[in-house]
Amino acid sequence: MSLIRVDNMVKHFPVRGGVLNRIVGKVHAVNGVSFRIDEGEVLGVVGESGCGKSTLGKLIIRLIESTSGEVHYDGTEITHLGHNDMLPFRRRMQIVFQDPYSSLNPRLTVNALLKEAIVFHSIVPPSEVESHIDKLMAKVGLRPDQKNRFPHEFSGGQRQRIGIARALALNPDFIVADEPVSALDVSIQAQVLNLMMDLKDELGLTLLFISHDLKVIEHFCDRVLVMYLGYVVEEMNCLDIHGEARHPYTQALLGANPVNDPDEDRELTVLEGDVPSPFSPPKGCPFVTRCPLVESRCHEEMPPLVEKTKGHRVACWAVE
Amino acid sequence: MTTPTPILRVENLTTSFRTDDGVVTAVDDVSFNVWPGESLAIVGESGCGKTVTSKSVMRLLPEYTSMIAPESKILFGGVDLAHADERTMRSIRGAKIAMIFQEPMTSLNPVFTVGWQLDEALRYHTSLSRKGRRERAIEMLRLVEIPNPEQRVDEYPHQLSGGMRQRVMIAIALCCEPDILVADEPTTALDVTIQAQILHLMEDLKKKLNTAVMLITHDLGVVAQVCDRVIVMYAGRVIEKGTVREIFHSPQHPYTKALLDSIPKAGRREHGKRLPTIEGIVPSLDDLPEGCRFEARCPLAEKRCADEEPDIVPHAFTERPVRCHFPLNQT
Repeated sequence: MSLIRVDNMVKHFPVRGGVLNRIVGKVHAVNGVSFRIDEGEVLGVVGESGCGKSTLGKLIIRLIESTSGEVHYDGTEITHLGHNDMLPFRRRMQIVFQDPYSSLNPRLTVNALLKEAIVFHSIVPPSEVESHIDKLMAKVGLRPDQKNRFPHEFSGGQRQRIGIARALALNPDFIVADEPVSALDVSIQAQVLNLMMDLKDELGLTLLFISHDLKVIEHFCDRVLVMYLGYVVEEMNCLDIHGEARHPYTQALLGANPVNDPDEDRELTVLEGDVPSPFSPPKGCPFVTRCPLVESRCHEEMPPLVEKTKGHRVACWAVE
Repeated sequence: MTTPTPILRVENLTTSFRTDDGVVTAVDDVSFNVWPGESLAIVGESGCGKTVTSKSVMRLLPEYTSMIAPESKILFGGVDLAHADERTMRSIRGAKIAMIFQEPMTSLNPVFTVGWQLDEALRYHTSLSRKGRRERAIEMLRLVEIPNPEQRVDEYPHQLSGGMRQRVMIAIALCCEPDILVADEPTTALDVTIQAQILHLMEDLKKKLNTAVMLITHDLGVVAQVCDRVIVMYAGRVIEKGTVREIFHSPQHPYTKALLDSIPKAGRREHGKRLPTIEGIVPSLDDLPEGCRFEARCPLAEKRCADEEPDIVPHAFTERPVRCHFPLNQT
């Protein structure tokens, strides 16, 4: 049973300009993305900056509103729910942000940061709030007696733990993790990844894990969506990504990732050029400007995301 | 054949900063050589002193709050850069030793054209005519594979993408054909496909111009891909040196090994398993322990480690320098 079903999600941001500040165009951030996430699954989203992966994460939990498309959460279509009807779903869906330095209010103690949502959603009776917070702190590997400190008194890794504690405070069943370890050092990154893995097993969480780092995605996720310029170009089982990846962009991503082995005398795959601007994406396939396999058809029409083998969908004309 | 000599010799470099809480030593007794045409990596986590080391070499640290210890030496072409005056530094900076920075977005001046910024270095360091300098600027842009260099030379930084800006930075750094290029996290702010382009370009140019590269990075993947030798730093100290193969295949310091182990690996075998981690955090530089700086996080620490800081000495078997009382691979 899938917990979340996203149908044809589209988000265009208007761009204003000129003397009258009229809408002069739009940024095509997410262009018709559909997928499902099963209960207890970790779905990875990988792509370069500007591919729409963070926007997608925020659309699902309605931190931003979509242009069109539907999100079905546990059988309920939530994109059109009003504020009050949305509240129980807000409690069940939480997010961990990338930057542990700017995502915590510097004027609030950790206690206040965690308490806010717990009290608002009446997660526990008022008398038990403090002990709930203590439990949360312990769960993410912080000492409960540190809860009266301010965010600046913690290191980057500890702050990310606070961010995770805040997401867990409402006993959610779904968490969007938007680049949760990108801002951390390698050794701290491993600590936080382990923590997330433990919590996921312990609490049976479902996760959307957004990252630009294929190594982290490969290690952590069950399935992966590869995004490019607002489109999902490939969806597959994470374990198959080496060897089974079919889309030329996925292959280029794999080839561009340096390996930690000096003996593997491998030339990095070098894609020409830059990602086109989502303000004026190319006609046809978004990857057409950099693709090594480009055909005339690619300039005309965006290839649909079709299932090649079970659970493996690819959007490319050149892939049979 | 003459015996090769290093082009840069850093000896006992100690750099400290005055802060509100007293003097903090960010780089402590660091020594290394840079050989002509090689790629040397300085790796470590944030706060280990790798950037301060590179900025000490360039003498780009704030004048009144930072101090390079009197016994420190940075020898380059017969000059001690550690104590050289600003005039000498100006003739070397950009001409003999050039630097590229992490943030291509902020290290170019937004109000001048790309051509003007390339021209600046050429104006100071060469005797070319105005026309000659412009030709050289265009030639440099072509060398770093910027399409339409004749047109791009008159554009402003905001008209270029991140990867292009980093290419311009490289063009500026290399336009006077320096002996050493100091690259401080040159690809950290870039996407991986753009990172691959820039690494490829740097390697290509290094071969063409025979420039030595000092690469400052925290990304071990990048190190494995492009470097010859590696220096590992931790909390202001060099803890291990070696060739890239030695460091990756037989790390001697427990920190180096733990750092390598904590990177997620590809493949079925490791999928979904817990990653080996280094517990705890890097000690604060204003509150350093008495003994080994890695002692609190080290899985192999013994009493001696807490009491006495090890020196950096050749390993008993491999003779490769390591700063540890109980280095790995003893048998």
